[in-house]
Order: sequence, then C-alpha cells, then structure tokens
Amino acid sequence: MEVGPDYAVQMHGIVKVFGSFRALDGVDLDVKKQSIHAILGENGAGKSTLMNVLYGLYQADGGDVFLNGERVSITSPTEAIKHGIGMVHQHFMLVENFTVTENIVLGEEVCSGAGVLDMAKARQEVVKIVEEYGLEVDPDALIEDITVGMQQRVEILKALYRGADTLILDEPTAVLTPQEIEQLIKIMRDLVSKGKTIIIITHKLKEIMSSADECTIIRRGRYMGTVDVSKTNETELASKMVGRHVNLSVDKGPANPGETVLSIRDLHVKDDRGIEVVKGLNLDVRAGEIVGIAGIDGNGQKEFVDAIDNLVHAEAGTIEIKGKQIQNTTPKTTIDTRVATVPSDRHRWGLVLPFTVAENAVLERHNEEQFGHGIMLDLAKVEEFTRGLIEEYDIRPEGCETHTASGLSGGNQQKVIIAREVSSEPDLLVAVQPTRGLDVGAIEFVHKALIRERDRGAAILLVSLELDEVMDVSDTIAVIHDGQIVGSFAQGTVTEEQVGLLMAGGGNE
Amino acid sequence: MKTIVKLLRKPIAASILAIVVGFIIAAIVLAAAGYAPGPSFAAMFNGMIGRPKYISNVIIKATPIILTGTAVAFAFKTGLFNIGAEGQYILGTICAVIVGVTFNLPPLLQIPLVILAGTLGGALGGAAVGWLKARFGINEVITSIMFNWISLYLCNFVVNTQTFHQPESTSTFPVNPSSYTMILPQWKLSEEGLNALSGTPWLYEVLVKTDVNIGILIAVAAAILIAVLLKRTKIGYEMRAVGLNREAAQFAGINVNRNIVTCMLISGALCGLAGALSVTGLEPHNISTLAAFENNGFNGLSVAFIAGSSPIGCIFAGLLFSGLIYGGQSVQQVMGAPSDIINIMIGTIVFLMALSQIVPMIADRLERKSKGAENA
Repeated sequence: MEVGPDYAVQMHGIVKVFGSFRALDGVDLDVKKQSIHAILGENGAGKSTLMNVLYGLYQADGGDVFLNGERVSITSPTEAIKHGIGMVHQHFMLVENFTVTENIVLGEEVCSGAGVLDMAKARQEVVKIVEEYGLEVDPDALIEDITVGMQQRVEILKALYRGADTLILDEPTAVLTPQEIEQLIKIMRDLVSKGKTIIIITHKLKEIMSSADECTIIRRGRYMGTVDVSKTNETELASKMVGRHVNLSVDKGPANPGETVLSIRDLHVKDDRGIEVVKGLNLDVRAGEIVGIAGIDGNGQKEFVDAIDNLVHAEAGTIEIKGKQIQNTTPKTTIDTRVATVPSDRHRWGLVLPFTVAENAVLERHNEEQFGHGIMLDLAKVEEFTRGLIEEYDIRPEGCETHTASGLSGGNQQKVIIAREVSSEPDLLVAVQPTRGLDVGAIEFVHKALIRERDRGAAILLVSLELDEVMDVSDTIAVIHDGQIVGSFAQGTVTEEQVGLLMAGGGNE
Repeated sequence: MKTIVKLLRKPIAASILAIVVGFIIAAIVLAAAGYAPGPSFAAMFNGMIGRPKYISNVIIKATPIILTGTAVAFAFKTGLFNIGAEGQYILGTICAVIVGVTFNLPPLLQIPLVILAGTLGGALGGAAVGWLKARFGINEVITSIMFNWISLYLCNFVVNTQTFHQPESTSTFPVNPSSYTMILPQWKLSEEGLNALSGTPWLYEVLVKTDVNIGILIAVAAAILIAVLLKRTKIGYEMRAVGLNREAAQFAGINVNRNIVTCMLISGALCGLAGALSVTGLEPHNISTLAAFENNGFNGLSVAFIAGSSPIGCIFAGLLFSGLIYGGQSVQQVMGAPSDIINIMIGTIVFLMALSQIVPMIADRLERKSKGAENA
C-alpha cells in the first residue's frame, strides 16, 4: 500500500517477538483519515500487541509506522499522545473518587501562574470539549457514581482533551449494555464527522458490521487482509478470523422439558454492602431446557447465583433442587446436590491458576475415590482422567495436563472449567457469562456444550450480559430487573427490543 | 546457552544463585575490612566440617530450624505467613518441660509423652492464630507476633512458679532424665562406655563431646512427611488450593476457614515439636527466663526463604544456615574478623531469595539475547 497523507495511520510489515514467540509477523494496517477502522482477531491473535506498538508501549522488532504519510518512531505513550494518538483501554484507568473533570485533566492540569490548580478554568475547557463533540456527561459527577458507559465517555474525553486525532478503542463494548453500545456507535460516528479517526479492537462481528468502514483481520500474528465492511458479511469475517468455516447461528433441536430441577421462591439476597439486590425472585428451571437470564449487570444476577452456590447468605426465600431445599447451607452441599457452576470470573472463581490443568480438572471432585484411596491423592490417576477430558473437549495444547492453567489461552481455560463441570453429569448446570472474553470458535464450542448437556437431560441456567447469547441459546428467556424476574418468554415469542425494554425497567407499569 | 537457560528455570536455581552471591558479597566485605576472604572462608568451612564434633554440632543446631523452617514453608504454601514460629517453639519448650518435670515414666513412654506435649503446645498456639483469622478475619501476622510475646512471658511465668523454679537459678528444673533423646545418654558417660569409645576417636568425639540426639531424624522425617502431605494427599491438595486461590477453593466446596485453622495447627505443631526436641535432646534440658527471643523460630523464616518454601529444601537450607552460624564463629577465632560477617552473608542470601523472581527473568533475557544473536 502506498504511503500517503490520506492515511491517518499506516503500519507496514510490523514484527514483534516475545522470546521465541512471534506475536506479530509482518502485519500491515492502513487506516484512512476520518474513518472507523476495526481490527478483528481472536484472543491472542495480536490485535492489542499491534495497538500497543502504535501507542509506544512496545517497540516493534521490524516494520515501519507512518502518520499522515510521515515516517515516525514512537517510543513511549507520551510521544504517541504528542503525535495525536489516544488510547482507551479495555479496563478504564480512572480515579474512582475524583470528579469527571479532575480525571480528564489529571496529568495535564490547568494551573495559574503560581502553579496553583485552576479547576474553574479546567472545568470550562472540559465543558467546551463535551459540547463540541456532543458527549453528554456531567463534569462534576464522581466517577464512582456514573455508569460504565459514562465512564467510557470520560476515557474518550481524556484522549480528546490531550488533542488526540486518532483514537484507539480496545474492546470498547465488552462492558456495555445493548443500548449503551448503540450510543457508543453514534458517538464514534459523530467524532469521525468532526475529523477524528477511530481504530477499534474487537472480536465482535456484529459491531464491526454496524460501525466500521474497513476491517483488518489478524490471525495468529499474521495479516489476513483488509476488507471493506459494506462488501462483506459476518460469516465471511468469522471464517477469515478463525481460518475455517464457523457456524454463527446456534444449531439446536426443540427442547424436551421434564421435571422441575431448580425452583426458587421469593428469594431475597443482600450484596456485600448490605443492600438488598435480590428482591423476591421466583424462577423455575426444568430438566432438558435452557433458561437464559437477560439483564443489565448489577441487577442481582451475581447475588442470586451466589445464593444457589451458597457463597452468600439468603435473607429469605427458598432454593430447591429436585425438591430438596439447599439455601443457606454450604458450597459443598450445592455441589453434592449435583449442581455444577461455570463461574463468571474464571481466574477468580474457576481456576487455581498456578495449579496444573490436571489439578484444576478435579477441583470439587478430588475427594472421589477414583482419584486416590483414603487420604491419598493419586496424581497419575488425576492426570489420566484429565487426558480423557483434554481429548474429549479438544483442550490445547495437547498433553497440557502437566502445564499450569495460567499458561493456557482464555478459551482453553474455559474449556477446562466446562469439561470439569460437565464431566460430573450435573442435574443443574449454572453457566454465568460462559463466553466472556472468548473468540468465535470457542463461543461455538461453549454453546454446543450447553445444548449437549440439555439434551442429556440436565437443567441449564444461563446467565449472560450478552443479550444475543441469551436470545440465541435459551429455550426460555427470563428477564431480570432490580432483583426480580420481570418477564419470561419462550424462545421466538419475544423480540430483542422487548427484552431490552424490560431489562432497562420499562414495561413494568 | 540453552542449558544455562534451562538450569536457571529450575526452582532450586534461585537458592543456589542467592547462596553464591551471598558468599561473593561476604568476600568483598571481608576484603574491604582488611581480611583475606580465602583463608576466612577456609576457617569457616573448617569450623563447619573440620572435625566430627563440628559436624555433629552443625546437625544438632540445624534440627530446630529445619522444623521451624518446614513449619513456615508449609504455612506459606497454604497462603499463610506464620511469623509466630518463635512463639510456638517457646510453647513447645514450656509444655515439654512441664510434662517432663512432672512425670517420670520409663523412657519408652516418657519420651513420646514429652514430645507429644510440646507438639500439642505449639499446635494450640498455631491453631489459636488460625482460629482468630478464620473467625474474625484478623491478620495472622499481627496475632502471631502478639503470640510470640505472650509465649515469651508465659515462659518467664512458668520459670518463676514454685513448682518448676530451680532455686538459685534463672531456670526451671530440668526434665527427668527418662525424657532424654540423646543417643545412649547414660552409657556413653559411664566408664564402660568411655572405654569402649576411646578405640574409635571420631565416635568418641561425637558422642561424648556433643549432645548428639535423635532430633535430626525426626526433623527430616517431618519435612518429608509435610512434603508428601502437600503433594500427595487430598487434604494437602485442598490446602494448596486455599493458599493459591482462596475464592476458587471456596467455590469448589472446600471449607476455607477449617483449612486455615488446620494449616496453622500443623505449622504450630512442627514448631512445638522443635521446642520439645530441644528440651529433650540438649543440655540443660530446661527453660530459662528469656530476656529476648532466641531466634529458633525467626531463623526458621530465613530457612524457609532460602529453601524457596520447599519442605525438603528446608532440610538442606537448615543445615547450611546452622553451618554458617556455627562455622562463622571460627572466622572470628582464627582470623579475628567479626563473626557478624555471617549475618551479612545470611542477610544477603535471604534478601536475594526475596528477589528470587528475578532469576526466571534473567533466564528469559538470556534466551532472548541468544535468539537475537542467532538471528543476527
């Protein structure tokens, strides 16, 4: 590709090596001015590495970077900012108990002559940018009091305040609700119309289709081409990203529900601050069906699942598994009642990362006689059992039973957890955000596993913040809002918009 | 280059590197102070292994710190920092003395009884710390430091009670000789024994001139037992899971609070065992008023550090530590160099072990460099 001033950013033949691992192997990126350019790739494909090279966090081992047609060498984020590049990281870097204004000017404070902070003037400047780009946000609000979507705007404002012309957004929609995603896409369009250039890193195809002009695909550190988004479709993008044909729709037969396995009645649970967040929740899940819980984060999903798992105390109400009440017992009771849970945070709850894959594969089940008689733990038997799971669930790399779990990719870590939970043949499988942070291929795998378990006759409770996932995978869609189930629909009898409205608290009146 | 990288990745590499650098730093300090490093080290090693008596003393002094080191390493593997090893050791000595003075059974009953009493004392001390953490969430570092002082003053209290205080001394009565764990304590000092031994000078030296006792066997066995417990049993598996990720362990149905108490109990028991073995195995077989800590527990922290928290490693680290301290005295005697040089050396080694994360990083860098050289 020619180097020229029509391009805000051009990166040619970028190579980045970590030890013996070639994270980037000759990647090209040509971003036209005033466009939204997506970088698509699976987890670990090198998207973030490429952007970290552009932002000066990493130094490339080969290749050239051009900004507006000029060859540059960016050795630090400070320099990147000087060149007009701003980055919004996936995990926000905000001071929670500072105001919006204070966060925006932090590090670039407005001072009077004597070096005293001039917050009034700072506030004026912030208001000016807020108005110029139409990014509605209260400059005096504390970060801890505003929504995640608002916090993201503050991050964008931070970059704009520092004079960014090119904005890099790393997985910007990972934490947003469907409505917030729509707003973000609108903001991106506005910014482009005002002369900015935007690069978004993502593995979500739908958002690329609805927001980006062009898309560069990276697979395992290699450049797979750049496509005009208006001339492609999701399936083509997915195949390019994964390197094989991917089935994006969820294939499943009709559900065949049996007896009620999980029955929750009038459940009340407080969160760790002592505020009641589950407020009289009722829910039934039958054998052989998938019930999906749709809802915005923080409406009691975490707490009611924790109550099933007996990780928190239920203030009132009952949780029955096949007629047996298990509320306010112990986590072990839940497990022994044949309830398996795929936790929302695999690093925090799901795995002991420094343990080997084999050691992780028997967590919860290590006391079974098959893994050693009496008090002894027979590592050879544990490893043999794990080799079976590795083969059955295609966990990679092959022979990883003696590797530490931390060395596996996110998708394979999730496979270890799912293999473990499913292999116990539970009556109830609770899957919380089971595809969070996973790429297309791994998501397909997880969904298939859930459906296979359903068809085996297990009751499946799927809790997800991804509305698409709930809509596609569930047989019954239950909407949670403010600690209660506010609606329950058979799949196909409700639209995404109706569910979205209920999630946001509408339609109750 | 590849083999070097491979060697550096082994867990033991950090320990060995730290020890080597410790020696180098000590050599520099010695040279700077005007003492020839070579002969100083020669004197030290001679003082460690030059005579059978020295070797025996090094082993004797290693016994308690192998146990307290194992105790600290074990707690560390289960996610707890047992800085209370010192206090639990003292509790062990107190209980051993109380039982050893009160009872006088045949050795076959008396020895296990006294050792068990000491072990239980330490175990209770540890369990108390664990219970406070599990029940009220009080950090074990704070409570175990407090328990160190409680134990010290409890020791002084027991020394001054009428029942146990030995008149005109600052100590208790010694435990009854039936509690002694030295090898052949009576026979070796009898005329018959002395005659028999005079034929073999090294055995004479070891037996007659030192308190050689069975403690080291128990210490080594305990370290091996702890290693097996951690790596080969279900309960050890649970303990490691709690240590590495408390939340995942809880999620998996493991009773985290019970594990904390059990782990502290076992850690304390090892320290108490160390205390009991010191009472039964070493002169003067009693406890004295303590003005300050004797560091049998605190040195265990250093031993655990040098061993990289490996129970088996604690056996070797304990022997090294004891050897350095004991052999270090010879540096002063022979060269006139202050024996503080040993403290500098040990301090350096422990400090470097705390930085041990650096070693794999060096390995990474070497690997990258060699790759770069290949590519160029």
